[in-house]
Amino acid sequence: MAKRPFDIQAQPGFGFMALLTFFALYLPIAALVTYSFNTADSLSRWDGVSLRWFISAWHNSAVQDASVRSLVLAVSAAALSTIAATMAALATTRTRPYPGLTFKYAFINQPLMVPEIVTGVALLIVFSRIKVWTGYSGLGYLIAAHTAFCIPFAYLPIRARLESMDLTLERAAADLYATPWKAFRFVTLPLLRPAIIAGFMLAFVISLDDVVITEFVKSGGQDTLPTYMLGQLRRETSPEINAIATVFLALSVVLVTAFYFVNRRKP
Amino acid sequence: MPEQPGRSAIEVRGVRKVFGSGESQVAALDTVSVSIRENEFFTLLGPSGCGKTTLLRLIAGFDFPSAGEILLHGQDIAPLPPFKRPVNTVFQNYALFPHMTVAENIGFGLEMLGKPKAEVKARVAEMLKLVKMEALSNRRTSQISGGQQQRVALARALAPQPKVLLLDEPLSALDFKLRKEMQIELKRLQHETGITFIFVTHDQEEALTMSDRIAVMSAGKILQVGTPWDIYDKPAERFVADFIGETNFLTAAISGMGNGKARATLKSGATIDATVAEGFQPKDNATVVVRPEHAKLTSGKGDLSGTVENIVYFGTDTHIHVRLDSSESFTVRQQNTRSAGCGFERGDKVGISIGNDAAQVLRD
Repeated sequence: MAKRPFDIQAQPGFGFMALLTFFALYLPIAALVTYSFNTADSLSRWDGVSLRWFISAWHNSAVQDASVRSLVLAVSAAALSTIAATMAALATTRTRPYPGLTFKYAFINQPLMVPEIVTGVALLIVFSRIKVWTGYSGLGYLIAAHTAFCIPFAYLPIRARLESMDLTLERAAADLYATPWKAFRFVTLPLLRPAIIAGFMLAFVISLDDVVITEFVKSGGQDTLPTYMLGQLRRETSPEINAIATVFLALSVVLVTAFYFVNRRKP
Repeated sequence: MPEQPGRSAIEVRGVRKVFGSGESQVAALDTVSVSIRENEFFTLLGPSGCGKTTLLRLIAGFDFPSAGEILLHGQDIAPLPPFKRPVNTVFQNYALFPHMTVAENIGFGLEMLGKPKAEVKARVAEMLKLVKMEALSNRRTSQISGGQQQRVALARALAPQPKVLLLDEPLSALDFKLRKEMQIELKRLQHETGITFIFVTHDQEEALTMSDRIAVMSAGKILQVGTPWDIYDKPAERFVADFIGETNFLTAAISGMGNGKARATLKSGATIDATVAEGFQPKDNATVVVRPEHAKLTSGKGDLSGTVENIVYFGTDTHIHVRLDSSESFTVRQQNTRSAGCGFERGDKVGISIGNDAAQVLRD
C-alpha cells in the first residue's frame, strides 16, 4: 500500500516513541511479575526462582479472608449494577428523545465525574450515621457503594448495544402478538446478552480493583484484597504482595480477554 | 362516491395524526377517511412524507391517532396496542429476528399466541411451502439473500392468519428483476390466502400493476381512491394526474355539464368531449388532462396545432414534444413500427387530434 502523505508511522522517531511508551507501560508490570517468583525475603535482592510467595500467600488466612470478601463483593456489586444498568439503558434508549434525556445520561454517568475521594468521604459520613441507627455493620455498605460506582461501567456497553440494535425488531415482536414482557424476554434480552455479560465483567473488574471508596466505607476487619495489600505495604514490604498482585493481574487478563471475545461475537 | 359492494375490512374514519406541539405542530394525517374492503389488494400511494406510512403505523398500532376511529370489521382498534390487533406487518427492512432460524421466525407469532407446538410446527411447514423456503428452514436469517429474507418476512406475517396484512414498501430494497418477481409473488400470495393486503409504496407503476384499488395521498390527505384504471384515466386532481404516468395539462372553458360529462373549449378554439372529475365546481377556466397515448399527431388540422420541438425514441414508442400555438406544451406518444420512422421532424407544423374519450376535467 502506498504511504499517505501524513502517515504518522512515517514520521521520524515514531518507532522510538512507541518503544519508549511500551517500556513505560509494561516494564514495571514485568518487574512485578518477575519479582513475584523471587525466593528472597526482601524485594531488593534476587535469590532465584520459586513459587514460595505464592504458596505463602495461599496459606495466609488474612489473604484468604480478603480474597473471599473481594469476590463476594465484586460478584454482588457487578450483578446488582448490571441489572440497574440494563434497566437504565432500556429506559434511555427505548424511547423518543425528549428534553432532559441528556441530563439523565449525565446523571447515570455521574460516578465517573465525581472524584472517588469525594464519594468516599461522603459515604463515610452517611454510612457511619446509618451504622449508629441500625447497628448493622456488615458487607451491605460495601456492596451498596460498589454497586453505585459500577453502574456507569456496566451501562456503557449495554447502551451502546441497544443504540445499534434495530428498534423495529421489538416493534415486529409486538406486531406478532408479543406482550412487552415477552418481546423483552424473547427478542431484546437474547440480543442484548453479550453486552450484558460485557457490562457485568467490566463492573466486576472495577469493583475488584477499588481501593479509595472501599477504604472509607469498610468497617473494621472488612479488608478486601486491594485494601489488605495497601495495609501490608504500610507496615513492611513482604514479597507476598508481588505474588498476590501477579495473580490479580492474571485474573484481569483472563477477564479482559473474555470480555473481548464476548463482545466480538455477533449473534 | 357511491357505496361500493363488499364488506369493509378496515374503516378509517376522520383520522388525524399530529406530531409536535404548539407552533411546531405538523399534521402528518389531516382528517383521513377511507374504507378498505375484505380480500382486496389496497395500495396507499404517494411521495415520501405524504402520510402513507403514518396511516399504516396507525393501523398496525405502532402509533395512536390524535383524533378519529379505525374500525377492523366494525370494532374500533385505534386504542389497542399492536399485540392485541389481528393485523401483521411486513417491514421495509424486514426486521427478522437475527438470533432465530427461518422456521423460528415464522413460528414466532403463533408461539406468542400460545398455540400448541404441533399446530405451530404444521403451520410453519405450510408457510415455508407457500413461500418456497422449505430447504432453508434451519438457516439463520443472516445467511440468506435479500429476496429470501423478504419471503421469510412475508411468511412470518402471514403465519398467524391476520385479518389484514400491512406491507410497508417491502420491495424497495430489492433490485429491479427481483422486485418484478416479488410483485407477482405478492399477488399470488394475496390470491391464495384471501387476506386483505394494505400495501404502501411510492412507486406508481408498482401500484398500478398490483392493486385492486389505490388511494393516492399527498400532504397528509387522501386525494383520490379508485381502481388503477380510475386513477390513471380519470384523475381527480392535478397532483394525481401528474404523479401517475405522464400527462398533458390544457386550460379550457367548460360548458354543457351533465351526467359526469361536459364540453371543453380549448384555447385553440376546438371543442372536445370530456369526463368531469367528481367534486368539480363550475368555473371559468378549468384544467383538462389528456394522456400522451390518447392523442394523435396529424400533418393536417387537428383539435390543436403547434410545432414539433423534440422527438424522443423509447424503443416501443416515440414521444413527440409539441409547442402549441397557445404556447402550452403537449406530448404525444406514438407506437413504433419496424420499417418507418415516426413520420415527423423537428420544426414541423403539426395538428393534434384528441380522441373521443380521451379528456378528463380536473376539479382543481
